[in-house]
Amino acid sequence: MPDLYQLQCRECKKTWGNVPRSFCEDCFSPLEVVFDYSSLKKTLCRDALNSRAFSMWRYAELLPLPEGFTAPNAVGGTPLVASRKLGDQWGLKHLYFKNDAVCFPSLSFKDRVVATALAAARRFNFQTVGCSSTGNLANAVAAQCAQQGFDACVFIPADLEAAKVLNTAVYGARIVRIKGNYDQVNRLCSQIADRFQWGLVNVNLRPYYSEGSKTHGFEIAEQLGWKLPDNVVVPMAGGSLITKIAKAFRELIELGWVEPKPVKFFGAQATGCSPISDGVKRNLSRFEPQKPNTIARSLAIGNPADGPFAMKQIRESGGWAEDVSDPEIVEGIKLLAETEGIFTETAGGVTVGVAQKLLRQGRIQSDEVTVLSITGNGLKTTDAIVDEFPLPEAIAPRLEDFEAYLNNNATVGAAATQG
Amino acid sequence: MPVTIEIPTAFRRFTEGAPKIESSASTVAEALRDLTAKFPALGKHVRDEQGEIRQFLNVYLNEEDIRFLSGESSALKDGDRVLLVPSIAGG
Repeated sequence: MPDLYQLQCRECKKTWGNVPRSFCEDCFSPLEVVFDYSSLKKTLCRDALNSRAFSMWRYAELLPLPEGFTAPNAVGGTPLVASRKLGDQWGLKHLYFKNDAVCFPSLSFKDRVVATALAAARRFNFQTVGCSSTGNLANAVAAQCAQQGFDACVFIPADLEAAKVLNTAVYGARIVRIKGNYDQVNRLCSQIADRFQWGLVNVNLRPYYSEGSKTHGFEIAEQLGWKLPDNVVVPMAGGSLITKIAKAFRELIELGWVEPKPVKFFGAQATGCSPISDGVKRNLSRFEPQKPNTIARSLAIGNPADGPFAMKQIRESGGWAEDVSDPEIVEGIKLLAETEGIFTETAGGVTVGVAQKLLRQGRIQSDEVTVLSITGNGLKTTDAIVDEFPLPEAIAPRLEDFEAYLNNNATVGAAATQG
Repeated sequence: MPVTIEIPTAFRRFTEGAPKIESSASTVAEALRDLTAKFPALGKHVRDEQGEIRQFLNVYLNEEDIRFLSGESSALKDGDRVLLVPSIAGG
């Protein structure tokens, strides 16, 4: 059976079959995977999913997977958490968190994109697989390459958070540290993909890679009972995820699996790296690249590849983009942890902080269904918040010392008085 | 010593396979003009209908994106490298 998908130029619409390439050789615009929906509609029904495990592979037909593909791992299938406290605090009746902080195997949504990229790498017979990364992607590439027998080689900015470097090294991946920011690493990777026969997941495998993000959107819709939300708030680095969630929703409508409904897309960035939100807020036709300076390292892409598409998606949906300062990011992390028990990394702090800002601006309404995309785990960026939590003084293992401690710490003592 | 304009593989269909050319241009705009004068078929791939550098084409002067310099009017000196990178990926 021929593939039911192929690459198409996002600008000139020329189709290119299936090849490891990220841009159109005619007009040099990005390529993306398009599916033959009319055939899919005939062969695939929503009920077929009922017997499948809850992972991203339950949507296999809607992903660019080669014939005979068998799922090598259980990626995705993360919880959609209904808010218990923050929604009350914010006056939102239907607030949800799509919690990819617990996406397996490497605790970020990047596991989804690497899963589809490696399926493509296998198809195109690459043995060495790599990426340019702000950290999470490197973790995901290293973990899944170890599991599936690829040689991993990742390129990172030299000053990346120690935890993210360690979480890559432990899998035996080769790590190339580049003296420069992510955008410089990225440019180098484009040149490497041009020179070497390697599968770089976010360069020459990018169209296949980015389709994996759709499963974040498929799951949101399915977990809402096959309904689309009114609003989604999504962190933006390269700007791909927000456009792929939108694509996922469009595909579900096309297949007749959800009722058509307008969804507002809200993009979230850190003020210290906000080319897309700046472009939206100033109504620019092209974003202006920036030199990143923020603790949200996973979002620190100053020249976002999908920035133009993210801006378009946000504008056409009637949404908006905002950005928050580093202190607001830290507050966002703490707020989500204290109210919902979810420990997210800096990117999640950005999403929470921006959602709060949108709320104050009156862009999100009380009775609407709003989903915040939480894309990474807080254990990876503890450096960013460590100063917020100085270690309490240690006490001796004696009851009288504990009583003295309670007396000195009134807030704890008031709640802990015992008869 | 003149400046070098480096051409990515995907563009070489339009440059008779040449991986780079040398130019005596004194600005990035002049360098691009030299390039597209030598290989006219490349012209519409470098600039859009409005004459702007295409949105998905990134131009670097040595290690820096020209948008962080003086854009197309960035001055060139002997030995500089102008680099074209289509549709930079990442994220």
